[in-house]
Amino acid sequence: MNATIKNVRDILEQVVDPEIPVLTIADLGILQDVGWNEGRLQVVITPTYSGCPAMHAIEHDIAAVLRENGYENVEVKTQLSPAWTTDWLSESGREKLLQYGIVPPLGSADKQSLRIVAASLECPRCRSDNTEKISEFGSTPCKALYKCNDCLEPFDYFKCI
Amino acid sequence: MELNDGETLDAKVCDCPMTPDTSRQDLFQYVLRLGDNALINGQRLSEWCGHGPFLEEDVGVANTALDLIGRARMLLTYAGEVEGAGRTEDDLAYFRHERDFRNFLIMELPVGDFAFTTARQFFIDAYDYFYYQALQYSVDSTLAAIAAKTLKECEYHLRHTGEWMVRLGDGTAESHEKIRKAVADLMPFTFELFDADEIDRRMCERHIGVDLDAIEKSWNEKVADALAEATLERPEVTFTRSGGRQGLHSEHMGYLLAEMQSVQRTWPGLQW
Repeated sequence: MNATIKNVRDILEQVVDPEIPVLTIADLGILQDVGWNEGRLQVVITPTYSGCPAMHAIEHDIAAVLRENGYENVEVKTQLSPAWTTDWLSESGREKLLQYGIVPPLGSADKQSLRIVAASLECPRCRSDNTEKISEFGSTPCKALYKCNDCLEPFDYFKCI
Repeated sequence: MELNDGETLDAKVCDCPMTPDTSRQDLFQYVLRLGDNALINGQRLSEWCGHGPFLEEDVGVANTALDLIGRARMLLTYAGEVEGAGRTEDDLAYFRHERDFRNFLIMELPVGDFAFTTARQFFIDAYDYFYYQALQYSVDSTLAAIAAKTLKECEYHLRHTGEWMVRLGDGTAESHEKIRKAVADLMPFTFELFDADEIDRRMCERHIGVDLDAIEKSWNEKVADALAEATLERPEVTFTRSGGRQGLHSEHMGYLLAEMQSVQRTWPGLQW
């Protein structure tokens, strides 16, 4: 059984966020648990934002990739508590985000750093810290929009919640 | 959920003198109201999608609407489970008539101009922020979980609309006048938010619901601070408007529902 679960977790490494395809669901901290429940394979995930449409795609992708690998009887269960936090982003996930051009969340949501809006972030392209916030809302619920005043390119910041 | 003085959840619930049926009805109504508020507010706000004053704000308002619809889905799903009649979130959103909706009137008012939308949303965001902050300690574990999740989103909604209140109020003469008028028009609708009825009181006594008096106090302080910073005065209110809780809605509600429900009413059960 343990071997199976390890195998399932390995398979789930293929499931990525449809909007930020460099991040797996494990990187994001969405994947909470894999186990057996009355003969069914149960995958427990935690939603990121309440209305994020990516969650549906992710649920669908989990079931699809497991089916392709021979797991027919799969249940994807959503668990609300504890609420998802960007503190669960893995170290490798943060590194991948930065490589992708999105600044990973600064600080810890636990320490309420949300309220301390970063004075300036480092531009992921030219590394200048002469940047400014354009909008707290970006192309997806999880991101805020910034721009670099030196290289003049816009960039996303993965909000700390 | 831990309570004070070593009380357990079961002990608290058993304190209630009501029959299980009454308490289930109470909980259903309580959750339904929260769900309807989020749904109708989200539906209204989504009307800005593609019509925002500029691109970033278009995205901002649409993002908030998305959070609200997501919140409504969690709450209406739970309301359906509590009711136990097999109704899903979609049944509750798309197949109820106007008189069966339990949202506050302020949620259904037309979007108006950007100042009106901003003032309305600021009032609601401040309310939601304090409401869900308290609700995360509910002895009802599902409500507590939804509240903890929702609160994270309420925080940035409130920061966003709070900043806009100041920008418009302390902005140009025209923006000041527009936000002043919006605040004056909306203030009579805010009293309903704190008008606790029997269901609110029973839910509060059972530590499932929140204490609206405490929320009103925090809300008044937050609004006073924001208005002061925005160089606005709190308007005198000579009349108040209410009725949403009883299903007595404004003339705007029917049009909102007609648009929101039209697809499911025409092709019941249609899926994407």
